[in-house]
Amino acid sequence: MKITGIITAIFLALGPASISADTLKLLTWKGYAPKPLVDKFEEQTGIKVELTYSNNEEMIAKLRATRGSGFDLAQPSQDRISSVQAKYNIYQPMDYSRIKTDQIVASMLKAVQNNTEVNGESYAAPFCYGTSGLVVNKRFAPNANDYDALMDTNYKGRISYRLKRPTLIALAFAKGDDPFAKYANEAAYSDLMEGIGDDLINAKHLVKNYWANGDALLELMRNNEVHVAMAWDNGGWKLHEQNPDIDFVAPKSGALGWIDTFAIPSKAKNVDAAYQWINFMLEPENAAYFTNQEKYGTASKGADQFLDPTIAGNFSRSFTQADIDNINWYPPVPARLESIEGKILDKVKAAN
Amino acid sequence: MINKGQLTLYIFLAPVLLWLLLLIVIPHIDLFIISLQIEDDMGDMVWSLDNYRAFFDEQIYWLTFVRTAIYAILTTILTFLITFPVAFYITKVMSFKYSGFFTILLLVPFWVSEMVRIYGWMILLRESGVFNHFLLQIGLIEVPIEMLYNDISMVMGLVYTSMLFMVVPLMSSLEGLDDSLIEAAYDLGASKLVIFSKIVIPYILPGITSGAIVVFMLTLGNYLTPNLMGGKNSLWFTEQIYNQFIASFNWNQGAAFGFLLLVLSTLIIWLGLKLTRQNLSKALA
Repeated sequence: MKITGIITAIFLALGPASISADTLKLLTWKGYAPKPLVDKFEEQTGIKVELTYSNNEEMIAKLRATRGSGFDLAQPSQDRISSVQAKYNIYQPMDYSRIKTDQIVASMLKAVQNNTEVNGESYAAPFCYGTSGLVVNKRFAPNANDYDALMDTNYKGRISYRLKRPTLIALAFAKGDDPFAKYANEAAYSDLMEGIGDDLINAKHLVKNYWANGDALLELMRNNEVHVAMAWDNGGWKLHEQNPDIDFVAPKSGALGWIDTFAIPSKAKNVDAAYQWINFMLEPENAAYFTNQEKYGTASKGADQFLDPTIAGNFSRSFTQADIDNINWYPPVPARLESIEGKILDKVKAAN
Repeated sequence: MINKGQLTLYIFLAPVLLWLLLLIVIPHIDLFIISLQIEDDMGDMVWSLDNYRAFFDEQIYWLTFVRTAIYAILTTILTFLITFPVAFYITKVMSFKYSGFFTILLLVPFWVSEMVRIYGWMILLRESGVFNHFLLQIGLIEVPIEMLYNDISMVMGLVYTSMLFMVVPLMSSLEGLDDSLIEAAYDLGASKLVIFSKIVIPYILPGITSGAIVVFMLTLGNYLTPNLMGGKNSLWFTEQIYNQFIASFNWNQGAAFGFLLLVLSTLIIWLGLKLTRQNLSKALA
């Protein structure tokens, strides 16, 4: 009896505390919730933030497995929302009246609303944006200016990229094709990607490794183990601060532009906290802190005045006006393309 | 009427049975049902064996499985070869005073997670890592060598992560081996090789079998080590399951792969037991 009593007492002591505490469960990318901002938010609102780091594919899989519960807020890319939502119904419509839309860049908000629309409702608000392109060590690879550098024998053993869909898409652009235009035509898209897959297999001996963890890639580049990589612009700019030889290069055939968003899972428990977090993160000062720290572009309208001068410098160094016009923004991905790409990527990884 | 003893038994058994039922049996049934369905062109779920057929039709899938299985068997053999001398030395040669200390030494690395140990190896082996630095310093090599991202480093990582699971059963069966048997064999003029093959090995065979089963299964189901240390050529079957679930959103195919992994690995172990004339109950006793 005594033991039962003790156990009951423990449950009574722990139970209510863990249930009643106000928490925000955030499913996000690494770096999207810097510690000082989390502390500030917790202090301002009294809401505890629980972070889970993930990527687009895992976010979708996690929410699909729980049918949209377990998290209060997720941060998928805008192109990965509409088809997933139509099929699995894992998000709830965004109530834009609860977001301070005047602190968001209007054109970006509109683009995200359009791209995440399913049956007349939109499902996301923009948070940050950036591009994928090349991160190059110019001391060793001064001429790498397009994605085909990833298959260039001059850089044998010094090349790294992710074995994920952006790599396939980038190489398709480098070949002069337009994969986004073929999104609607499954057969044509499949043919195009098969071709890219063969190219990747032929050039496989040139690759040092397929990176999966951004920090690990930066480490490889810092140690001069990798000279040419396909990666996000912010990584290149972070490295540039430490080693001026390394920088982000907007590829000739166009950097790939993405926008990451806020989307609320359909069975979120603490929707209030989710909206509070969205508004908090887009406050100009906080958004600027995030951008200064992580180098991603922000969707917050007034953030410019708080940005470090180096941020603007990064952008103008890597992008001419022509490069900006040339950015290929991801349109929403139709269902079923992922399984075509998945099989090709498996083949590349298995090839010798 | 259930008597009191039986009631106590059931009460203590209930958590185990519930665990088995709720967390192992039911999810597997669900997984099995999923694996028998595919999405047709209209986006509806229909019954089909296509997921299983895909495994045998697509060369890449079964080749990956064969590769994974061969490497798992190789890892098991290497693990035995490396850990047997260690286990023998600690239990039979070393004085009792130190053997406890050395056993603890074997255990210490396993107090940190597999992830940390693998990253430790990566720091040692990478091109700008500790080994290369050392070799450059003493002038053995002139340019750093990449020691990571190949099959050898991957197998080494796998052996390292599974050593403990071989050494413990080996030590416990060696401890049961009476030293006087070895001494008697020496008295009767047997050579070391004969003692080893006619006395030691047959005696500890159940220990070897249980260690081998555990190491084989752990290696076959490993995800982290092949992925981090193997690098670009190391498509492991578990990774293929992950890819089906996560990257392709094809849970049905992933579930079928999961089942095939279960069935095929069971088959390999069954074959192994038959070939060595062991049986499972003796190995696990």
